[in-house]
Amino acid sequence: MALLEVRNLATHFFTREGTVRAVDGVSFALEPGKTLGIVGESGSGKSVTALSIMGLIPKPPAEIVSGDVLFEGRDLTKLSEKQLEDVRGREIAMIFQDPMTSLNPTLTIGTQITETIRRHYDVPKQQARKKAVELLEEVQIPRAADRLDDYPHRFSGGMRQRVMIAIALSCDPKLLIADEPTTALDVTVQAAVLDLLDDLRQAHEMAMILITHDMGVVAESADDIVVMYGGQIVEHASVNDLFDRPEHPYTEALLGALPQIEGEGIRTGRLTAIPGRPPDLKNPPPACRFAPRCPYANANDSCATVIPELREIRKDHWVRTAHPACERAGAREPEKVQA
Amino acid sequence: MSASPKPPLLEVSNLLKHFPVRSGILIERTVDHVKAVDDVSFEIAEGETLGLVGESGSGKSTTGYCVLQLLKPTSGSIRFQGEELTTLGREELRRMRREMQIVFQDPYASLDPRMTVGDIVAEPLVVHSIGSRRDRTLRVRELLDVVGFDPGFTNRYPHEFSGGQRQRIGIARALALSPKLVVCDEPVSALDVSIQAQILNLLKDLQQDFGLTYLFIAHDLAVVRSMSDRIAVMNKGKLIEIGPAEELYAAPREDYTKALLSAVPIPDPRAMKERKAARRKLRHALAEG
Repeated sequence: MALLEVRNLATHFFTREGTVRAVDGVSFALEPGKTLGIVGESGSGKSVTALSIMGLIPKPPAEIVSGDVLFEGRDLTKLSEKQLEDVRGREIAMIFQDPMTSLNPTLTIGTQITETIRRHYDVPKQQARKKAVELLEEVQIPRAADRLDDYPHRFSGGMRQRVMIAIALSCDPKLLIADEPTTALDVTVQAAVLDLLDDLRQAHEMAMILITHDMGVVAESADDIVVMYGGQIVEHASVNDLFDRPEHPYTEALLGALPQIEGEGIRTGRLTAIPGRPPDLKNPPPACRFAPRCPYANANDSCATVIPELREIRKDHWVRTAHPACERAGAREPEKVQA
Repeated sequence: MSASPKPPLLEVSNLLKHFPVRSGILIERTVDHVKAVDDVSFEIAEGETLGLVGESGSGKSTTGYCVLQLLKPTSGSIRFQGEELTTLGREELRRMRREMQIVFQDPYASLDPRMTVGDIVAEPLVVHSIGSRRDRTLRVRELLDVVGFDPGFTNRYPHEFSGGQRQRIGIARALALSPKLVVCDEPVSALDVSIQAQILNLLKDLQQDFGLTYLFIAHDLAVVRSMSDRIAVMNKGKLIEIGPAEELYAAPREDYTKALLSAVPIPDPRAMKERKAARRKLRHALAEG
């Protein structure tokens, strides 16, 4: 059984200017111990998907208007706030982009870690402190025991994110949701934090949902990847198949838009820019949400009239478009994929 | 890049910028200095792009501000077209600034929200008393057209536009005085990938069309690689390595540059397996080292 199954999730924001369909029919499943990468640009709905799973969306204005979030078979959308509090932290933990705003600046990090432990386990203070030191050691914070009584501002950005990870791990969750965990960090610090997450995931046999805008980050960390655009999943495949044979015009364009660090003609070449801007989710395009920016859509075809379904184009590779790469005229031969 | 007989457009030698660290209540004393830029030297030839990379706090933006004299260097020399900038008076500096402009990182903070798009782009022309009102209006339309911004929107305000569109406004403003040198300070780091590509392409086109010279400052090593002829790497205020882009990325000499490059995640899952193993090794070597 899947650890987490999200079925047809829709989260809308009801604002004075209209209804924003931030997440509009998202479905995916995650097996225990696996990492799912969710990539997309700002406003694609990736963070709202995560917050909906955790029951952390601001109500009002937001509301889950349809769908189920099954965690080990239990529908989290049906739980009371009290029941959810027991799930959050204990079974599903979350870390955010900005570790400074997610830590309380007026409490020592020792207090913040032991607080979480004692919220979920009935243990004496001393024992919780001991566990806190172990956790800080596990996330490789030097002189862990000495640093327990320091306040968050005494830590660098990378070290604060390690503290957040320690708090997230404190109850041995089965699922860690990491929302842009390294976006605010320098590149060498990002690499160290991603390596640490790798190690911890394996040691704790934890599943992970990694949300990022960075194709490089998912390429290195994820087993499967979901690409989101305009509140919907437009492509879903294993990491190798997605990068070897992207099918959705948006995924292809995103990959083409990325500057490379190695190769020929980088300086003189041009990047594939995607014309226009992401859709307004108060008033999205009527059928395919990428159609107005899609190089393959034209006035005569179904892109503006028929809503494309997410369909399995080959085994375990799902795509939502009328023009997947493999069905276009002069489609490339499938490359031989090395094992 | 071919060897040019002309002197470089910009020559920075032994640039130093120290910020005082003050302490004390009521009576503040300078207790120490932060060496934000520590003995940095480089040249940029006309029409060339020098990329300046480094992590936060490396001093790359401070270097850019010193070049434009937006910050006064502690010591060192900055020569633009052979003329020493650090000793210029206010009026002369104002004249020189027509040739040197800047594009800022944050298109949300760098445009005055109370000015219309047209006024923002025209402002440098007004400040330098260039042309009549009519000339300026025409020039603004032309500039906006060049950067791919609909000139019909000159009477709108910045908040009505997305980040990418605002960055186009910022670029049009920078180009208003037909500068020779443009310092681009993290010009795309606030933008989504698809929009980032539009702006990078635009900057490349403008360089071609107007023979611009760029000092291109960014933390993203791939972005810098795609824009630069040569690249300089900064760490803790020092310029630790400089060379042609391709050479520097293919065969970095300094350990810091190697660590920096090895840390970049690339969109290739198979290659990433090797890169991950390599960067762990390098990190341990540096930590012990």
